[in-house]
Amino acid sequence: MPQFRTLRRVLAGGALLLAAQGASAQEVVNVYTTREPGLAAPLFEAFTKATGIEVKSVFIKDGLAERVKAEGASSPADVLMTVDVGNLLDVVEAGVTQPVSTPALSAIPANLRDPNGNWFALSLRARLVYTAKDVVKLSAITYEDLADPKWKGKVCIRSGQHPYNVGLVAAAIVHHGAEKTEAWLRGVKANLARKPAGGDREGARDILGGICDLAVGNSYYVGLMRSGKGGADQKKWGDGIGVLLPTFQGGGTHVNVSGAAVAKNAPHKDAAIKLLEFAVSPEMQAIYAKQNMEYPVISAAVVDPIIAELGPLKVDPIPLVEIAKNRKLASELIDKVGFDN
Amino acid sequence: MADALLTPEPLRARLAVPGRPSLLLAAAGLVALFVLLPLIALAAIAAEGSGDMWPHLIATVLPAALTQTGLLVLGVGLVTLAVAVPCAWLVATCSFPGRALLEWALLLPLAVPGYIVAFSYLEVLHPLGPVQEALRALLGIASPRDFRLPDVRSTGGCILVLAAVLYPYVYLSARASFVLQSAAALEVARTLGASRWRAFFRIGLPLARPAIVAGLTLVLLETLGDIGASEFLGVRTLTVSIYSTWVNRSNLPGAAQIALVMLAIVLMLILAERAARRSRRFVASGSARPQAPKRLTGVAGLAATAFCAVPVTVGFLVPFVHLAVSAARRIAEVGFPERVVGEAATTATIAAVATVVALGFGLVVTLAQRLTSASLASGFARLASLGYAVPGTVLAVGLLSPLAGFDNMLDAAAREMLGISTGLLLSGSGAALVAALAIRFLAIPIGGIEAGFAKLSPHLDMAARSLGSSQPRTVRRIHLPLLRPALATAALLVFVDSMKELPATLLLRPLGLETLATHVYGEAARGTYEDGALAALVILLVGLGPVILLARMSASALRSSSDTIRGSSSSGR
Repeated sequence: MPQFRTLRRVLAGGALLLAAQGASAQEVVNVYTTREPGLAAPLFEAFTKATGIEVKSVFIKDGLAERVKAEGASSPADVLMTVDVGNLLDVVEAGVTQPVSTPALSAIPANLRDPNGNWFALSLRARLVYTAKDVVKLSAITYEDLADPKWKGKVCIRSGQHPYNVGLVAAAIVHHGAEKTEAWLRGVKANLARKPAGGDREGARDILGGICDLAVGNSYYVGLMRSGKGGADQKKWGDGIGVLLPTFQGGGTHVNVSGAAVAKNAPHKDAAIKLLEFAVSPEMQAIYAKQNMEYPVISAAVVDPIIAELGPLKVDPIPLVEIAKNRKLASELIDKVGFDN
Repeated sequence: MADALLTPEPLRARLAVPGRPSLLLAAAGLVALFVLLPLIALAAIAAEGSGDMWPHLIATVLPAALTQTGLLVLGVGLVTLAVAVPCAWLVATCSFPGRALLEWALLLPLAVPGYIVAFSYLEVLHPLGPVQEALRALLGIASPRDFRLPDVRSTGGCILVLAAVLYPYVYLSARASFVLQSAAALEVARTLGASRWRAFFRIGLPLARPAIVAGLTLVLLETLGDIGASEFLGVRTLTVSIYSTWVNRSNLPGAAQIALVMLAIVLMLILAERAARRSRRFVASGSARPQAPKRLTGVAGLAATAFCAVPVTVGFLVPFVHLAVSAARRIAEVGFPERVVGEAATTATIAAVATVVALGFGLVVTLAQRLTSASLASGFARLASLGYAVPGTVLAVGLLSPLAGFDNMLDAAAREMLGISTGLLLSGSGAALVAALAIRFLAIPIGGIEAGFAKLSPHLDMAARSLGSSQPRTVRRIHLPLLRPALATAALLVFVDSMKELPATLLLRPLGLETLATHVYGEAARGTYEDGALAALVILLVGLGPVILLARMSASALRSSSDTIRGSSSSGR
């Protein structure tokens, strides 16, 4: 029938147009990321400069795994990036990643990648304690100390249910078991100066604002504030606080990762692997350290002087996968003690 | 207008005409189905769960979450009423210094997203912010450790922040109602010896109840679904619990179950309110002679000015000035971020397309109601309004699988028939985002057009029919022109809401697409608010145009619709 022929032509034309859009001359790699755009951008820019491959990205907060899963075989995603080990493993568990293995990626220490090659850590961040330096005269502190009644009404922290804190509590469970962790959480809760809310930088600002003496926050915020990248106000907050690298009793400092995986249906798998390899190359690890103030995963790379000044980082030896496994229990304990109420 | 979900029961135009309407009814059914699509998908997701998280939730989360949600909803509702209703009454029935300016300025907070007001106030009211610094300087106190105001990160703070940006919904509908109230009823009350206050409480307020409740419903649904401001200010609402169940406990089915329970509660409340109202009749009386404004002079006039100026200042001026100052400082430091221009264009385009779609859907649904007067049609209208009662991200997750499923089916078919891949036609192109926005905000045009229809006497339709006009012609020549104010109001509200929308936009936008809201969020998420300030300011500025237009139009619409009622009812006599 002639009408159908026309319809077919129109459809075919439309489809061609779409296909042509997808296959433009320049090579691309598509990234779905829960990593904030401002922190992922340095990697993408350097990668494009080095390889000529264009990076297209979309920043998603919750639902990255659900989206890739729903998109199924047609998903344009090549690389999936997240900022928390638990979220990284969720993506793997959703079945939307594929194993890859190359010599360059094997340079990542074994505890910072999946033995099957489904995920790789790209950078590390430590969970630190900021202090009111004029009031708090301490040279060391443990996470356990945060529950010490002497800090009653003196501790600031973001929502207990934020992945960074859930990770910390999960690590505590690995060290001390659920029961002791619950008691510890109740202690920290009793010490809070205000509702757990906002972000880590507010901890620094609240210390300067006289609201608290101790605040829990990530390492790179210190670097970003003190480097003056956030403007004069934030430099003031960064310089106004003291910073301690806390440890677990009998352990080290809790670290979390930003990481990535190659998507199961990646249309540009080669480019995806190139991006991952580039991310852990010594040059890029150095850029991460300089621009984002993170700790590199490759031991050869050096941290920024501002971060080095905080003191040597003694990474907690418990495996990341153990922490991720206890995440659900941690989240439930946080509810149970009414941490965020 | 904001009379979504709950509008005065439209005057049933019993004009059942054989033929075409069944087509319209079918179209309305399709729209309702489209809105239900994500909810059905959500139910399917919920069914996958075992429900094993309920004991934990009931024991540990729900008592606090329900209490905090209840307090928040109650607080926002009360503050909104206490602010919006008196302002609407003053503006509608009195004249006082600055009334003309305040009449439209009271709508300005509509342009400000709740999450932006929340972080503006956190900065402004922080011990290191300008207010407390000035206060300390005044009192001669050196350190914030010696003197501080209460923290805005509290349930009380969240109530004030949300009420400050949501009250315009009540103000808008209450003012319209007060303006249209017949002066006669109030004058009778006055001649019977009632004071002005008594006339307000016994006549004005009860007559405006449906309109006020309609606005209030929008306010409460927005509050219930809010995630930005609540999370930022540390208030653990039910919606926040949905997120932690999903994100931290990897339990999407569980989160879907909570969302559906929440939706059921909302539905029950809406139905209860409708049932309570059904027994009463709220019909605009025949001759709506506008009231002569009461002149307030001297202290009374200034008090009225001050009262109406407070919500404008809190909901708009303070965040606006704060953002303008922060943006200016940041531009001086790092230059003007060019990408904001493109993002503003993208944002406006998406919002405009979503507005057109939502308005089209809204017209189909309400016309079906008007022209068929089938109870099925009102059922469709209620169903099609449900999107507003579901939190944005949850709605978006529900939309993911139907849309991407359709894409993959189409792709497979195209590969087979044409040997060509269509890829993700809908979910990869922004169509998914437009669909989500249209579904989420469809309640606004439905409610607005229903209210518009309610003001059009059925006699108009009858007269047109008896003069031989076909139904499509009646729609084109009578309904649409007379509905213009209602349509325009709905369009502007949907546009502004779509522009501010964050959670669904964040999840559903295609690769490489950035809107102003996602830009602001991306910066706020890593604590670099200073870099988001300009984008936030641009959201306000882009929203400002439509809001001012809205204010001007609703003023002239009120005048013309009171004419319409008068004209049509006298022609019907």
